[in-house]
Amino acid sequence: MKGDCVRGILRRLALPLAAVMVLVVASTAGGASSSGTLVFAGASDPTYLDPALVSDGESFRVTEQMFEGLVKLRPGTTKIVPSLATSWKLSGGGKVWTFNLRKGVKFHDGTPWNAAAACYNFNRWYNWTGPFQDPSATFYYQATYGGFKKNEVANLSPPLFRSCRTVGTSRIVVTLNRASGVFFPSLVIQSFAMQSPTAMKKYGADQATLSGGAFRATGTYAFQHPTGTGPFKFSSWTIGQKVELVRNPNYWGKKARLDKIIIRPISDNEARFQALKTGEINAFDLAPPQDIGGLSGDSRLKVVKRPAFNVAYVTIHQGPGSPMNDIKVRQAVAYGLNRASVVKNFYYGTGKVANEFQPPSLFGWTNKVQKYPYNPTKAKELLNSSSCKVPCTVDFWYPTAVSRPYMPDPQRNFQAFAASLEASGFKVVAHSAPWRPTYVPKVNEGSAGDLNLIGWTGDYGDPDNFLGTFFRNFNPQFGYHNAAIEGILNRALNQPNFAKRVKLYQQANIMIMKYLPGVPYAHATPALGAEKRVTKLIATPVGGVWFQYAGFGGQ
Amino acid sequence: MLRYVVRRLLLLVPILLGVSILIFFWVHALPGNPASALLGERATPELVQQYKERYGLNRPLPLQYVDYLKVTVVDGDLGTSISSRRTVASEIKRRFPATIELAFAAMIFAVGIGLPLGFFAAKHYGGVFDHLSLVGSLIGISIPIFFLAIILKYFFAVRWHVLPSVGREDVLANNEHPTGFYVLDGIVTRNWAASWDAIQHLILPAIALGSIPLAIIMRITRASTLDVQNEDYVRTARAKGLSPNTVDRRHVLRNALLPVSTIIGLQTGLLLSGAVLTETVFAFPGMGSWLRDAIFNSDYPALQGGILFLAVVFVLVNLVVDISYAIINPRIRYS
Repeated sequence: MKGDCVRGILRRLALPLAAVMVLVVASTAGGASSSGTLVFAGASDPTYLDPALVSDGESFRVTEQMFEGLVKLRPGTTKIVPSLATSWKLSGGGKVWTFNLRKGVKFHDGTPWNAAAACYNFNRWYNWTGPFQDPSATFYYQATYGGFKKNEVANLSPPLFRSCRTVGTSRIVVTLNRASGVFFPSLVIQSFAMQSPTAMKKYGADQATLSGGAFRATGTYAFQHPTGTGPFKFSSWTIGQKVELVRNPNYWGKKARLDKIIIRPISDNEARFQALKTGEINAFDLAPPQDIGGLSGDSRLKVVKRPAFNVAYVTIHQGPGSPMNDIKVRQAVAYGLNRASVVKNFYYGTGKVANEFQPPSLFGWTNKVQKYPYNPTKAKELLNSSSCKVPCTVDFWYPTAVSRPYMPDPQRNFQAFAASLEASGFKVVAHSAPWRPTYVPKVNEGSAGDLNLIGWTGDYGDPDNFLGTFFRNFNPQFGYHNAAIEGILNRALNQPNFAKRVKLYQQANIMIMKYLPGVPYAHATPALGAEKRVTKLIATPVGGVWFQYAGFGGQ
Repeated sequence: MLRYVVRRLLLLVPILLGVSILIFFWVHALPGNPASALLGERATPELVQQYKERYGLNRPLPLQYVDYLKVTVVDGDLGTSISSRRTVASEIKRRFPATIELAFAAMIFAVGIGLPLGFFAAKHYGGVFDHLSLVGSLIGISIPIFFLAIILKYFFAVRWHVLPSVGREDVLANNEHPTGFYVLDGIVTRNWAASWDAIQHLILPAIALGSIPLAIIMRITRASTLDVQNEDYVRTARAKGLSPNTVDRRHVLRNALLPVSTIIGLQTGLLLSGAVLTETVFAFPGMGSWLRDAIFNSDYPALQGGILFLAVVFVLVNLVVDISYAIINPRIRYS
């Protein structure tokens, strides 16, 4: 009786279940890719599609397909090459920049790219008021240009920009208030990309509000009408799902091979990798180093390497009563860190030992800096002749719950460093905190012990973006004043002559590594994962991805 | 009944006030601060300090709470998300349908399988099936959701390629979404392929999310059925000569469903919190993955607004469950 009942139920369920399974299998076979459409995964949605209002890599990855600046970086390098400007000249004691603009270029809305459009963009940034003066809205503008025409926020510095003048339709003259070595290289940042004045006016690009301290764009430009001159143009954005860009058939340069790119947010590292394996995406950014083995071991997949443009380092924090005020202790730290071993064992073949605070690909790097190979005996000797005898106790902080491009496995880095320091006469007291939201603010405000692990990825191809950020002014993270280092970095910043700048930065690197405000230990090569059939996908050192030449198969 | 519903709705006010206090102080007790989160990891300590002063973030917390309450209640503004820089209300509007759809699918899975299994196990009390179902439900309760999600995804998506691993729909599709409920959208727009696509994207997350409620519903149904089928009125019904099926349908199942409906209500609320892990594993763009990101980003407005909203939903779901008692069992009257 019971058996009959069960069999009856099973008989009744069998057919529908089988039908469902057949339908499931039949309709899900195959992947997302089709010829001409590349599906790419990042970690999150862009914030806005107006590049002037964002400072995060997820937004820039999308905007840089649509927008171009006066100059750009040669794909895959940090060399500055012409883009919407074909040539430029510096005069007026380093304060006057004349740009000759590319002719025959049109924005995606069909309006012409010309001198008036270029000056409109410069003036837009300079004249921002209200919510736009909030640093969360215009971080890169403020970092590079200082203040605005009328500074409404306390502590904003005087503006670097003075005026933009058109000369005919294809030449502009930008006048600065002071000479700056950073103005020109920073033009490659997406925040200074050129946008269509017509579209910006029409769709309210300059409408915004501040709510509880958070900047919010209220026009539709930043969501639905971004209009640039780039090889791809905007098609649609479904927040939380995807951004669709289509080929710009009227692009002035080499036209894109792909018909369409879809950039979708997948925040979980593992989920991105698995989506590549299932064929739901064709490529993804931010591949964790530990997955590189899995990518190169799969015959359908490959690793796309991003040139190293970062530095991981150990901060040495000085301050009242700190043992680190003694140069001999700092030297002992440098000799006591087994950097070669850490890079070899925990960078999965993607790292190089760093000897200074800027990557070798950037001008100003020099091989003449003082080097500190691992030498525990020398470290102990230095300690015994210092103010902190063996065993010298140090508080050493490291971050948890994070993997950074320049520091894939902080905990293991720390463990290895702690062991090598202990072998070099130090007594290490370990401290840790979650990267977000605790660790980074602690490091920045200088409350993360005597030593801590941290790093930096460059935004643009200028040494000031590394050395200047760390050492040009008093930095609570390091906790010292060194007038000589600060002086030379400020001179380098304001030196318009390139050859002289190179020398100044080389000198600065030598001085810094002698003074030892920290110990740089690795330059890492971040990676992207992609299907093998995806070709010419170029990862730029500063964090972007070039889709312009990408496609499926040869060409 | 109406008076009861109105009274319960009025009770929402003190409940939500209490919830808002709890959430506000809990969120502010989390490590980190919104100024750092808002300005990013490149912000200098001076900039963070300036920011706190400018927006009153260094004022005493009770004062900040009063401000928050004013803006939320008087202006009806849940604020702007720090990480996305879009309004919290618009984020909820966009993401809530996804979570509801997922929770609904998970509940269909849990009820659709758990209820018959529990009833069947009770009817065959002490048999092989009964024992198997008990062991199965124990496993269902014991396996963490995220672990089951990873296992399901590995086999069905990564190895066998029979179901998608991420998202709500095929990324190449350009479907219309008038309601935000993708399965329903396909039906409304008569795009059956879109509905089917959305269902496929729901299958694995719904199974992962629904596994624990399934096990619980099965156990409660089994226990409740065992209780009810020994009641006097059931014996009387049988003595009257009613067929076993009629007795089961009219007298056993209907009465056994009362405690089950309570559990379904509570579990539906819990599904919303369980969705955090499931949505993360399957990159499902709902409230769960959004709140998870909000925690990582110290996105106070998103956390406060999102959790407050879910609290309202939870309370309302329970109200609906209470009302449903009267429908399931006409002997219950509210006054």
